[in-house]
Amino acid sequence: MKALRDVFGDTLVALGWTNPNLVVLDADLANSTKADKFAMAYPDRFLQMGIAEQNFVGVAVGLASVGFVPWLSTFTVFFTHRAIDPIRMLVAQTHANVKIGAAYSGLLTGLTGKTHQDVQDIAIMRAMPEMTVLAPADAIEGEAIIRWATDFQGPVYLRLARDASPNVFDESYSFVPGKTILLREGSDVLIISTGPQSVRCLKAAELLGDQGVSAGVLHLPSIKPVNKDEIVSASEKAKLVVTVEEHTIYGGLGGLVAEILSEASPRKVVRFGIEDRWGESAPNDFLLDLFQMSPQRLSERIKALI
Amino acid sequence: MSNETDYKELEALARRGRWLAISTVASSGAGHVGGPFSAMDLLVALYFRVMNVRPEEPGWPDRDRFILSKGHSSIGQYAVMALRGYLPIEELKTFDKGNSRLQGHPDVTKLPGLDTSTGSLGQGLSVGLGIALGARLRGKKFHTFVVLGDGELQEGMVWEALHIAPRYKLGNLTAILDWNGLQQFGWVLAINEQHRGDRRDPWSGIDLRGIFEKLGWRCIEINGHDFSQVVPALQSVKASGDSDQPTMILAHTVKGKGVHFTEGKHEWHSKVATKDELRIIAKELGIEEAIA
Repeated sequence: MKALRDVFGDTLVALGWTNPNLVVLDADLANSTKADKFAMAYPDRFLQMGIAEQNFVGVAVGLASVGFVPWLSTFTVFFTHRAIDPIRMLVAQTHANVKIGAAYSGLLTGLTGKTHQDVQDIAIMRAMPEMTVLAPADAIEGEAIIRWATDFQGPVYLRLARDASPNVFDESYSFVPGKTILLREGSDVLIISTGPQSVRCLKAAELLGDQGVSAGVLHLPSIKPVNKDEIVSASEKAKLVVTVEEHTIYGGLGGLVAEILSEASPRKVVRFGIEDRWGESAPNDFLLDLFQMSPQRLSERIKALI
Repeated sequence: MSNETDYKELEALARRGRWLAISTVASSGAGHVGGPFSAMDLLVALYFRVMNVRPEEPGWPDRDRFILSKGHSSIGQYAVMALRGYLPIEELKTFDKGNSRLQGHPDVTKLPGLDTSTGSLGQGLSVGLGIALGARLRGKKFHTFVVLGDGELQEGMVWEALHIAPRYKLGNLTAILDWNGLQQFGWVLAINEQHRGDRRDPWSGIDLRGIFEKLGWRCIEINGHDFSQVVPALQSVKASGDSDQPTMILAHTVKGKGVHFTEGKHEWHSKVATKDELRIIAKELGIEEAIA
């Protein structure tokens, strides 16, 4: 179990040894995002760009055009809200080989409150043509995805939670873009989630199992691309589909699943996440309880649906 | 060839470029005129006398890079690129017409020879900064030029790049301000207020040069329509690419330059010339085959 931000810093340091084209651009948050590990290891390839997120996206596009593989690092909210126009026009529209390391994603951002909680990023980024959108659940998947994204030619948006979640994968894990991962089988309900919330969903499924409810968990590390057939076929095996995300219930993971199922296999989809409101400053447990996304609260809500 | 003869040749190319731009916009039924005309002499100087490029090999890795950050002036760049041999002049007719390499705003995924896409204002200098920084990291000697509009300078992202570029001591980066004194609509002139154009100069009363210099840019001020100033200034910044300061060339220009009734008129920012107007324009620009 390792915090995803540490995984980010450590993996980039490891990749830097073998990939001389790897550069990291920081918008003055490196000691929060842990990009500072790269700064210590390769000071010449760590580019401090100051508190100026639109510019640093453009600079990365320029660097990519001369063969570098730039990883951008700042908080999620500053990418998808402040710098979205250069991401749209310079990165996505030109298919630039730029990697967006969106740190402190979702709801659990370390006591920073609604100003720093980005609960719309999945909706925004998955609506962006040519963008790959990924959200790892644990440290092992996080490292695999960072490695994959660095080798991939094209823009990648990596939704990276701040904190640690218990490992659900082992060293045999290998990332395949689009592929979904069935963490647990179950016939009464299929819980579909992404990022570290998948781990909490797995725990909820175990609690439900204790109460005689057969709950499966389907994890989507790859929001875009995504294997629609796998989502359809997993959903058809359960009586009920529930999506859970640290994100607004509008247009994110729940929206994605509802879009797919409504066309391919119409059925009821219950979307759990953040309803039309903002978050607040609070410890993780408080927020997970408030938004009813802790394993305990999830199991209760799902039990009530069955 | 004497400098004087050479500049005459460039002037002829610029007249031709202006004609191609305004006649293309007329045939497409939409597009920009004022900005392409104000930047035309800068573009001709860059493509014909300053930048080390290979139109027949547009992706040549050691080429000088060029970004038209004020991307709505694309037709001016396309016209000069056509004259330089990047594309057939005939292809200009496809501008904005569907299935074209010549998009309304420059699209790097469509037209070889472009170095990034522009259109949403304020973004080009950041990309130029990244290219110049990459060149330094790689030990490459090419130069990166970015043309900015003075209206465009109102975008905050430009100022992010303006304060970051000097920190990296990028002498291989040159920004050229096409300071034509007008933006699309802008602010009206007060009673008795006199400006270069028919609306207020976007930066009237502000010491832009002083600001740029204090941010760490080397500044050169030129008349952006006088090749005897434009060419030596651009050649000199290229020659000093190893220096530790990026350069800002403040090019004083006239929006709509080249035709008497488009000069200094904000309405010609984007406007389609009528057939009658095209006849007058052809005559003023000395485009023989179009006069007939």
